[in-house]
Amino acid sequence: MSEATPTSTAAPDRAAKLPAQSPPVDPAETAAAADHAVSGGRLSWWRGEGGEGAKRNLGLIAVLVALVVIGALTRPDLYSNADWVWANTLTILKLASVVGVVTVGMTFVIIGGGIDLSVGAIVALAGVWATTVATQSYGAGGMIFCALTVGLGVGLVNGLLISYGRLVPFIATLAMLVAARGLAAELSDKQTQVSNNTTINDIASTNLLGIPLLVYILAAVVIAGWVLLNRTTFGRRTVAVGGNPEAARLAGINVKRHTVMLYALSGLCCGIAAIMLTAQATSAQAAMANLYELDAIAAAIIGGTLLSGGRGTIIGSLLGVIIFSTITNLFAINGLTSEAQNMVKGGIIVAAVLVQQVQFRSLTQFLGRNRLTTT
Amino acid sequence: MVSEPGTDAADGVPESATVDAPLVEAPADAVAGEVVLRLTDVVKTFPGVRALDGVQLEVRAGEVHCLLGQNGAGKSTLIKVLSGVHQPDSGQIEWRGEPAAFTNPQAAMRAGIATIYQELDLVEDLSVAENAFLGHEPRQLGFVRRGQMARRTRQILGRLGHGEIPPNRMVRSLPAAGKQVVSMARALSHEARLIIMDEPSAVLAHDEVGNLFRIIRELTAQGIAVIYISHRLEEIREIGDRVTVLKDGRTTAANLPARDTPTRDLVSRMTGRTIEYVFPDRPADAEPAGGDLLEVEGLTRAGEFADVSLRVRPGEIVGIAGLVGSGRSELLETIYGARRPEAGTVRMAGRQLRPGSVGAAVRAGMGMAPEERKSQALLLGEPIYRNVTLATFGRYARGGFTDAGRERAAADQIADSLELRPRDVRRPVRTLSGGNQQKVVVGRWLLGDTKLLLLDEPTRGVDVGARAELYQVIRSLAERGVGVLLVSSEVPEVLGLADRVLVMREGRVVREAPAGELDENTVLDLVMAGSLMEGAPA
Repeated sequence: MSEATPTSTAAPDRAAKLPAQSPPVDPAETAAAADHAVSGGRLSWWRGEGGEGAKRNLGLIAVLVALVVIGALTRPDLYSNADWVWANTLTILKLASVVGVVTVGMTFVIIGGGIDLSVGAIVALAGVWATTVATQSYGAGGMIFCALTVGLGVGLVNGLLISYGRLVPFIATLAMLVAARGLAAELSDKQTQVSNNTTINDIASTNLLGIPLLVYILAAVVIAGWVLLNRTTFGRRTVAVGGNPEAARLAGINVKRHTVMLYALSGLCCGIAAIMLTAQATSAQAAMANLYELDAIAAAIIGGTLLSGGRGTIIGSLLGVIIFSTITNLFAINGLTSEAQNMVKGGIIVAAVLVQQVQFRSLTQFLGRNRLTTT
Repeated sequence: MVSEPGTDAADGVPESATVDAPLVEAPADAVAGEVVLRLTDVVKTFPGVRALDGVQLEVRAGEVHCLLGQNGAGKSTLIKVLSGVHQPDSGQIEWRGEPAAFTNPQAAMRAGIATIYQELDLVEDLSVAENAFLGHEPRQLGFVRRGQMARRTRQILGRLGHGEIPPNRMVRSLPAAGKQVVSMARALSHEARLIIMDEPSAVLAHDEVGNLFRIIRELTAQGIAVIYISHRLEEIREIGDRVTVLKDGRTTAANLPARDTPTRDLVSRMTGRTIEYVFPDRPADAEPAGGDLLEVEGLTRAGEFADVSLRVRPGEIVGIAGLVGSGRSELLETIYGARRPEAGTVRMAGRQLRPGSVGAAVRAGMGMAPEERKSQALLLGEPIYRNVTLATFGRYARGGFTDAGRERAAADQIADSLELRPRDVRRPVRTLSGGNQQKVVVGRWLLGDTKLLLLDEPTRGVDVGARAELYQVIRSLAERGVGVLLVSSEVPEVLGLADRVLVMREGRVVREAPAGELDENTVLDLVMAGSLMEGAPA
């Protein structure tokens, strides 16, 4: 209410105060920017301010700690051994690495307002294509190039169908799921294709400074994804396109082109994951990476990515993946079945969404109160 | 906020007298029924807006009671209060002789008040009968009694004079007029005693309106009261019994005879202002220098607008006046490239733009503040500065990497110059009031090198003080040489702000003149189709 009164009539000098329409680079501005970096910019990673905030992920870290505590309580014999704990941590991270890479791509697609059900199938197709006898004859470089190209290409097709063919993302990628697995089975003649390339196979077994190469790859993809989402125009467009596609379009953003790029990015991540998974298994087959789409979507949602788009974090998704692989690990060291494990995972997904809703509701209530008092 | 009336002596009638006096004038035979609904001093406020500010309304059984008022007069809010969507802050609602409070839409429906909204709320893929009895299907042991439902639907359709519509037909396959009949059948299935119709003729072709009126007469003959809302005076004269006029959330005239009240009286009661908007002065040299900035030639989209040509020069504010549905918003979006025209061209500074491309329009220097701020312009959860730089963040980036510091600095400048409150640009934009959100949307285009700003209802939902500020901002932009094309359904706003005015009606420009040569009544007459019986200046 207060805004109604003070300045409604006394504004003839406004014209002078409007910024001149100068090109954006301007010394005064840069100085002000530097000033801001000191006053407000430094803690932005913590507060979040619309992008990625570490604060948001505290709950996930708490869950992770709780899982470790449960592990320590149930198997004190193992957890009393520091060497075992370190080795087990690496096992968990290695377990998380392939799905983690896929989840980074998935996170972009979901923040951009879409969904990609075909990721598991793309991993399988890329893996199978990269391990055909013909491709293997080009060596490790040829195989990697092949997997990445196949992933990117299939993602592009997804994006084009959705953007320009106006298919609903769910339908388009569901169709791609079926079709890509079919093509993979056709290519491999339903056989398991063994990778004879030692360079590729070594990716899974090499350790650098005691840490598996796969974990480095995951870290590199996560860092690249974080920078892309939070520090580039691509990331900003992603949030805009997912948060309010009409507003993005009317602001001059090419929503269709950007959507294509999001699915291509997801496909590319699948290509990377295909190499990692092939190296782990030293083979590829049409049934590999089964249900990875569900793991990736679940991890992104647990990590706080809004399924309706416009909000989500890479670190949250990473924590989601790590929580899942920690649960798997927890059940394994206690000798429990994977059936029980799946039930617990399902429960965690529901719990995560419930917690998010409660947070969101209290947030809107808080804002509602705020509005009454301040405006 | 809302100043007391008395500033405008044009009506010359004090508030209380207007409300009471015509009750006596109303011919007794026209409204024989008992009073079913009586509203006294109903008030409803939303943050920043006093939507209803003392509404009086009296509806009798068997009459067609017309509600008249400009956009923003409070008609929609009043309907929502009557249908239980909103609860009034104060005032009495008396329903069939007893005080009533409709706490939700179901309560209003159970009491016998049915509302037929402009965009009909039918389920397209259910049958006619299923829609008519949606939510209260006749059932036994949990099973819907389809036979009985069909029979009763047929009965109701017969009462409406449309026995020919098969109850098991899918609603999707019916024409608009048929769907409207289904909506009314639903109202009757609830045994409604009062049916509120919000611009029912807007969705109908011309020859279907007669049929609508026949149905309304059937209803009133059965003692059902109808509240009829329309912008078209000729319809009100034909179907209405009495008229209540709303203006700025108040009843300015109640129970006028619909047939005999002179048009001039009705229009003046709709327009006489209680709030004087402060418009900035126009610059003395009325002729802006330079050639045309925007040239639109023969732009056409079937069913929306036809053969529209207009020009905007640098530094000129051109206003388009017209009702919702006159094609004005669609025209603006088409110029901006958000819709693809079927014919015609758009040129900026002499260069023809690629049709249907927002990107091309923005690159050529256009910017738009769309009609629906929240759904079309803002990322509500994102901080203010990211909303301000939504169209320009690429300019602040280096090699694809965004620079939040520079963006914030730029947004800070905009926030200062537009006096944004609260001032912290890192707050989420959803915490701002409507007026300040609009400043963010307009401010977005002050950052780039915008040469032409398209504004669609820039002051909708904006309170009075912030309005004056926005007017100032728009004028000072024009003074800097930016061309402005402004659409508003508030005629005084167009007349007060624009240098030149185009009046649109049913997709065509019916008048173009300097703002100084038009007055509010003339424009309103032009805007309302065929409403002028005294002979319009063409």
